[in-house]
Amino acid sequence: MHPAPSVIIFTVLSGLGFGLLTYLGLGAINPTGLAAFGFFTLAYGLAVGGLLASTLHLGNPKKALLAFTQWRTSWLSREAWLSVLALVLMGFYALGAIFFGTHMRLLGALGAALSIATVLSTSMIYAQLKTVPRWNQWPTPLLFLVFALSGGAILAAQPYIAFILLLITGIVLLLHWLNGDGRFAATGSTMETATGLGHIGKVRLLEPPHTGTNYLMKEMVYVVGRKHALRLRLIALSLAVVLPALILLAFPSSHFAIVVAILSHLVGAFAARWLFFAEAEHVVGLYYGKR
Amino acid sequence: MTQLPTHTDKKLGLVIDLDICVGCHACVVACKGWNDQGYGAPLSDQDPYGSNPAGTFLNRVHSYEITQENGPAQVVHFPKSCLHCDDAPCVTVCPTGASYKRSEDGIVLVNEDACIGCGLCAWACPYGAREMDQAAGIMKKCTLCVDRIYNENLPEIDREPACVRTCPTGARAFGDLSDPDSAVSRSVAERGGFDLMPELGTKPINQYLPPRAKGLGQDIDVLAPLLDIQPEPTGIVGWLDKLLGKP
Ligand code: SF4
Ligand code: SF4
Ligand code: SF4
Repeated sequence: MHPAPSVIIFTVLSGLGFGLLTYLGLGAINPTGLAAFGFFTLAYGLAVGGLLASTLHLGNPKKALLAFTQWRTSWLSREAWLSVLALVLMGFYALGAIFFGTHMRLLGALGAALSIATVLSTSMIYAQLKTVPRWNQWPTPLLFLVFALSGGAILAAQPYIAFILLLITGIVLLLHWLNGDGRFAATGSTMETATGLGHIGKVRLLEPPHTGTNYLMKEMVYVVGRKHALRLRLIALSLAVVLPALILLAFPSSHFAIVVAILSHLVGAFAARWLFFAEAEHVVGLYYGKR
Repeated sequence: MTQLPTHTDKKLGLVIDLDICVGCHACVVACKGWNDQGYGAPLSDQDPYGSNPAGTFLNRVHSYEITQENGPAQVVHFPKSCLHCDDAPCVTVCPTGASYKRSEDGIVLVNEDACIGCGLCAWACPYGAREMDQAAGIMKKCTLCVDRIYNENLPEIDREPACVRTCPTGARAFGDLSDPDSAVSRSVAERGGFDLMPELGTKPINQYLPPRAKGLGQDIDVLAPLLDIQPEPTGIVGWLDKLLGKP
């Protein structure tokens, strides 16, 4: 799949923002006044900034409000609802913390639950697609969740929780890659099932339908070199997981360490999310002889 | 509404005969021509006369080569447009309700006024049957020529999809696949029509008829008709032989 920057930025940043909101809502940190203002501005900046970035890849964004109508079947529509509900509830919670120095526990817990649900619904947009076998596996929602929670924990200055969650993120990342590598073959889709001509023999593309490119090929037939992929996996794992985990363990009480850890984690998370798209193969590639 | 109908009164669709399609792309041109002038946003082209042309099409023809274990390779031309799936994954993912499947005839359509161009439906379709128009930012797909098949302003003979109407070999047939007595259903039953990628569970309405096996187990000598090695020459050659006194 084409690794569109708007979608990569959206999923990483909004995940991080909702991750931070989860900790704020659960009362892992209870800032008040100006400190609360700082934390909530950061969380909302990330979450809303990410959501805005996602509208950049719409072909016709003026109708975006209609995306709230189909929550019965569409994960994208559910995500729209859950994100707005989470942001509104946490907004009231934030007002209490900033201006009145109170933390409305029940509201916060509800907001935290909705934040997690938002991240999960984002992941389901991808995980539901049978046409992209690498995404259509149970570690996908888990991956989005642990990324949001570990990044959120770093931002919420919870070094030990972050350390443990980063280790889990590393394991889930590896699981997603390794399990994902076999997913396409496991679906059983081949050029033979795509064309239904397997009973005659081995099928290969003789002539594509067009001499140039088209939307389908640009959007869904993206080929990333194996060597690049392996190198990027190493970079993603080191920067998103290993380095920040070590930094947090070595300097658990340093603010500077937290800044360095989150920057490293972000760069790694972008690399991991880029791979999430670039490595994912869509079955339509079979019609073009590309796999 | 992106909830799929539990039942459709008809299952209108196409039956594509891979045995007789000659890969002329006439259906591609007819489809583009018809859908450029009436229904919804036109199908735009990008850099059409330049070095890197691209554009929106609702129907495309691939060509495949199939190599057999014994026997010659076989070329199959493979037209592909939306299969109007019964369990259409492109419909349920749509956040706006722009994508829908009609309960009266099973046609899958996009309400262009409601489409935000998120592209998710194109990701959900296994067959590459949906293309986002790059000029309009709106999702386009085969409409089964819904603006022809019910159009009383057209002469009766034209009330079928443009691609079907134009195909010079009759490789595309249009009809109701829920009616076992329709011509299309009968040809599917007789010829062993099949689904594309059945493992994905989309339950396509459109069916494909397999090409006949060619040359299996027999040696084809393409030069044979040109060789004059018959023991008892007949016809003009025989007359010439007799005339020229050859034995
Ligand atoms: S062929 Fe693709 S676009 Fe058409 S109904 Fe099936 S899934 Fe949807
Ligand atoms: S591109 Fe349009 S029709 Fe397709 S899912 Fe998005 S809103 Fe629905
Ligand atoms: S039925 Fe109409 S819209 Fe669909 S492929 Fe044929 S000509 Fe194109």
